[in-house]
Amino acid sequence: MASLLDFEIPIGDWVESGVDWVQDNLTGVLDGIADALGLLIESFEDGLLGVPPLLLAAAIVAIAVWRVGWRFGLFAAAAMVLVFGMDIWTETISTLALVIGASLVALAIGVPVGIAMARNDAIEAIVRPVLDFMQTMPPFVYLIPAAIFFGLGKVPGAIATLVFAMPPAVRLTNLGIRQVSREQVEAGQAFGCTKGQLLFKVQLPLALPSIMAGVNQTIMLALSMVVIASMIGAGGLGNTVLTGIQRLDVGLGFEGGLGVVLLAILLDRVTQSFGTGRKSPKSASGRKGLGGAKKSG
Amino acid sequence: MSDQLVISDLYKIFGPAPQEALKLLDEGLSKDEIFERTRTTVGVQCADFGIREGEVFVVMGLSGSGKSTLVRMLNRLIEPTRGQIYVDGEDVTAMSPKELIHLRRTKMSMVFQSFALLPHKTVAENAAFGLEVAKRSKREQRESAMRALETVGLAAQADSYPHEMSGGMMQRVGLARALATESPILLMDEAFSALDPLIRTEMQDEVVRLQEREAHTIVFISHDLDEAIRIGDRIAIMDGGAVVQIGTPEEIVTRPANEYVRSFFYGVDVSKVFNAGDIAENRTLNVFQRPGVNLTAALAQLRDHSREFGVVLEHGNKYRGMVSVNTLTSAVRRGNEPRWEDAFLRDVHPAPHDTQLSDVLTRVTESEYPVPVIDDDGRYLGIIDKKILLQTLDKTG
Repeated sequence: MASLLDFEIPIGDWVESGVDWVQDNLTGVLDGIADALGLLIESFEDGLLGVPPLLLAAAIVAIAVWRVGWRFGLFAAAAMVLVFGMDIWTETISTLALVIGASLVALAIGVPVGIAMARNDAIEAIVRPVLDFMQTMPPFVYLIPAAIFFGLGKVPGAIATLVFAMPPAVRLTNLGIRQVSREQVEAGQAFGCTKGQLLFKVQLPLALPSIMAGVNQTIMLALSMVVIASMIGAGGLGNTVLTGIQRLDVGLGFEGGLGVVLLAILLDRVTQSFGTGRKSPKSASGRKGLGGAKKSG
Repeated sequence: MSDQLVISDLYKIFGPAPQEALKLLDEGLSKDEIFERTRTTVGVQCADFGIREGEVFVVMGLSGSGKSTLVRMLNRLIEPTRGQIYVDGEDVTAMSPKELIHLRRTKMSMVFQSFALLPHKTVAENAAFGLEVAKRSKREQRESAMRALETVGLAAQADSYPHEMSGGMMQRVGLARALATESPILLMDEAFSALDPLIRTEMQDEVVRLQEREAHTIVFISHDLDEAIRIGDRIAIMDGGAVVQIGTPEEIVTRPANEYVRSFFYGVDVSKVFNAGDIAENRTLNVFQRPGVNLTAALAQLRDHSREFGVVLEHGNKYRGMVSVNTLTSAVRRGNEPRWEDAFLRDVHPAPHDTQLSDVLTRVTESEYPVPVIDDDGRYLGIIDKKILLQTLDKTG
């Protein structure tokens, strides 16, 4: 019996040699990706930190009032006061920049892949298991290749983040387009849409609520990942938490954690507001709008 | 009237082995046998007929009979497996994608059961959709959309959104969208089936009115015989993917091709199938031509045939009035030069030939006189009396 189980599949070795090969042969590509991503995130961070903190905080509160309502505006104002009070403004903005940068790239890749998946069953059959793999793999594991390929710092942090955060954007874009009713698509075709017109005038607008839910999910996942990515030097609020762990400083860890929670609530509510009731700002009629869309669909 | 749409030997086979299924069909196997052997479904088989310019052609059948597949092959939303479709002599099945898009933008538009409006666009933008994708100017889009919305009575709601409207109104928008492109052919797939009965009748009347103003060639899919009879000039009945009978509503009701067709009429109100003109008879009454015959001679003729009523016409068979033995007698007695007008029965009014039988019914049963029927030009066609009415109801009921 023991002899039957006495064999080994060296998956770990294979992965390692694959990683080695990529490192030896694709250095140029890797450097290019690193530079582009680095530039994107740096400019976000520099841009946001370049604005006077009070002005930026006021803008965040204004966005909260505009997109969600005055109650949420009050919450946003309180959150800003807390962030200043805990003296974690720079870390919060740094995390925000990283989240936005990584999410933008994740969406720029994820949404087109989702569209391709919706239009072609073969692509869906290939992409779906890849997404399952990406989502179930423990997020810490992404840190290793990211660190090997890109070293330590914000760029590998952003790479690990965008890989982890991309699947919902792909999935929900695919789902949204596939959920557009057959007659809606037929109506588009029957009135003489080209393939491109069908996508941009019928399928994407009707899939928008679902796509926006994907955007929201991607941003939320990105936020949770940037904390983990602080282990490879992504910085920001994650760093505050990490320092708290290393020093067993409960207070510091909690402050960092609270900053993440506040940021999460702000990002969540604001991005959600783009998914519903675009035409009618009041939430009641916004909801009615969605119902109408379903009824006619 | 010529055929604007010709469907020639059209087949649609769904599933893994369409060519094999076609061969088996040609060998005469049934739909079920073919499914058992090849796991392939026959959607439409051997459809072969023409649709005339300006007529409302209703395709009827139960669900699964292939009627929706048939109509979707006309603009190739579904690709036919075999056969041709000609629109104004052009073969649709041979068209390139570009030509097909042109056909859909200019010649054929469609109305859907679920309305299929775009919720993020206003009513006017929805109505202009066909013109938008054809890249017509904004002004042209707006103008055509407004014209179409006026036709369906929704001009005032042009800037509302679909979710603010009732089902009937949404389908009016769907109809306006199809009209705005000014396509001569309208495909309507169970267009009114999702509406509640009152609104449905209203929309059917709308279609009839539309046809009177500006005749489109309409292919209308329905599973409702009342609807088919109301709006259809001709009806095709489908069963198992095959067209089993094509004819006018009267032909289908009086001479159903088989049990399947007959089964549609259970519960159908025959008085809605027939118009007054369909059953009026002109043998049962004496006819007097004016000025040829005088009143005394007419009275004598009626007495000779022992009949009570007569119809008075003038040249060109124009209906003038109806007389009875009693009115003739009193008119003759009254003066030395009696006029026809004095002898006319005052309570008798002619019915136009397209009056529905249900509307004539009460008049005939409540009146002691037969009801004369005239055509659009006022010419006498015949009369309907109680006996004719009973015979008709008995024949088909």
